Amino acid sequence: MQNKYADEGMSLIVKTITRFTVWLIFLYGLYIFIHGHLSPGGGFAGGVIIALSYVHLTLAYGKNFVSERINRSAMHNLEALSAIFYILIGLIGLYIAENFLQNFLGKGTLYHIISAGYIPILNLVICVKVGMGLYLVFYYLASYQVKKTGVN
Amino acid sequence: MILSQFIFVPLFAAFLIALVARKRENIATAIALIATGWIFIFSLIAFFKLPAEAGMIMKTTSGWKIPFTIALVLDHLSAFMLIVINLVAFFSAFYAIQYIKHFTGKWNFFALFMLMLAGMNGVALTGDFFNLYVFMEISLISAYALVAFGTESEELEASFKYATMGAITSTMILFGIGILYSFTSTLNMAQVGQTIQANPSNKLLFLVYGLFIAGFGLKTALVPFHAWLPDAHPSAPAPISAMLSGVLIKTLGVYALIRIFFNIFGAPPVVLTILLLLATLSIVIGGFLSLVQWDFKRLLGFSSISQIGYVILGFALGTKLGILGGVLHLLYHSIFKSLLFLDSGAVEYATGERDIRKLGGLAKKMPVTSFTNMIGTLSIAGIPPFNGFFSKLIIIIACFAAGHFVIGFIAALASIVTLAYFLKVQKHAFYGESKLKNNFEKVPFTLKTSMIILAVLCLVSSLLLIPSVRQTTVQPIVDAVWNATQYIDKIVPFLGSV
Repeated sequence: MQNKYADEGMSLIVKTITRFTVWLIFLYGLYIFIHGHLSPGGGFAGGVIIALSYVHLTLAYGKNFVSERINRSAMHNLEALSAIFYILIGLIGLYIAENFLQNFLGKGTLYHIISAGYIPILNLVICVKVGMGLYLVFYYLASYQVKKTGVN
Repeated sequence: MILSQFIFVPLFAAFLIALVARKRENIATAIALIATGWIFIFSLIAFFKLPAEAGMIMKTTSGWKIPFTIALVLDHLSAFMLIVINLVAFFSAFYAIQYIKHFTGKWNFFALFMLMLAGMNGVALTGDFFNLYVFMEISLISAYALVAFGTESEELEASFKYATMGAITSTMILFGIGILYSFTSTLNMAQVGQTIQANPSNKLLFLVYGLFIAGFGLKTALVPFHAWLPDAHPSAPAPISAMLSGVLIKTLGVYALIRIFFNIFGAPPVVLTILLLLATLSIVIGGFLSLVQWDFKRLLGFSSISQIGYVILGFALGTKLGILGGVLHLLYHSIFKSLLFLDSGAVEYATGERDIRKLGGLAKKMPVTSFTNMIGTLSIAGIPPFNGFFSKLIIIIACFAAGHFVIGFIAALASIVTLAYFLKVQKHAFYGESKLKNNFEKVPFTLKTSMIILAVLCLVSSLLLIPSVRQTTVQPIVDAVWNATQYIDKIVPFLGSV
């Protein structure tokens, strides 16, 4: 892997370890949101952990390295799209069933991955929203440059 | 009637703007206009459909029974708030189309605007304490961002101040909600009210009263909690100032106070006395502080503190006449204060100047702005054919009728102070010699249209006082506040067991 920004970020030890851990963190985030309707956790917690895996990468390798490899515009789009999907799911509930955000899918068998009606879909949507949103907040805070004007 | 549309239409518009309008800013304007227009029309429909539904529409989300889900409740008070919010929102959005050209990031502006609107509509509709807190935070966080929209140092400072004070008091409100929850084991407002009426002498309630008065008092900008307003409201772009002063402080502050203290707690006398004193303080201190301001928008901000004092004074009297005055002044103030803020925005757009000492002679150069500002001035100062006169008169008469002679006198005298500081604006900004050095820019079409329509509304809304009109429009709102426990009684048939 070519790295133009080899002298940015943290030391070689941290970078090497990050290469192993970042996938584990990402996978753990996926696990948390996929099992959101069965065990503690859910879309929000999973999304936060997925965002943390990106944050981890940024801390270890520096922001320039990461900003070249991720598509921030796509992240913006995914974030907005997931919120729109959440409202659309609510609207489907309104028209198929009776109330906004009412369940319109079968409940399935307890403790199966595909069960609990629309909860896994909502978890997915929230996971994308929180993960992308939180990482973008982190990215913009990290890339913000303070201009010293001499006043104050 | 789909109640949730008042929340999901602006939310959907906000995220649609963030998705498709980042590069094409005209689409952002179109989406915002369609969404605000849509919910404005439906808020009018909702109000006039209410009598057929026995004055109350209740919907639960997700189709569960009440203690386990969020209830959306539309009664006359919340329908009235929806109309006020969406009326000002529609004209502010229309005004913003051309006004916001000076700023970068038009789509940001409209996305945040729609989020703020969704939060406020949610606060007006919700029947659940925690949901009230969540929607309040949605609109407040958008408001913090919008106050800092110009990203100049003074705007960032105002936003930071607002955010800090807002966050502290939001925590107080959350703490109060937590205490109520531990006491009643439910978050539904009607059920909380039921439990409290069963044991009204609980001492814990006094802590909750205190937390809520401080928390919602800051959102209302009542006097000991007003310090953020004169910084935050002038720093925002003019359409947002109109929204903040016109409806945000009323929805998050006045409406929440009225809903909680009248409908849930049954108007406890100790709270009414405290609110009465705070309102009188606000009227006097807000009035005298605006007398010494030279910044046009800052003067309007202080004037909002004074006028919101009148609204709270009307409600805190606790008599039917006082509540009528409070309801009317709430509506009228949202109209003329947003008109005045839009005027100040037009002056700033044309001249780039907010200090009224450096203006002058604008009446010849900007006839529409000058004329509408004159109407706004006459309305807020309470000159007879305009709406402000009637609401202030009713509040002052209600003060005397309730035996609060001193407060009635103070309210009448403060009305003269109001006239004084707005005449100061007229003299220095619109008449006299022109002291202007900057270039002069013409005021665009959408700015003028919004201002003219709001100015016409200043005159037309006085018609609400004609007895036959009042019976069908204002009286049901007053009854919804006055018959405090009626709100609970109407929801009871829908309740499950706690």
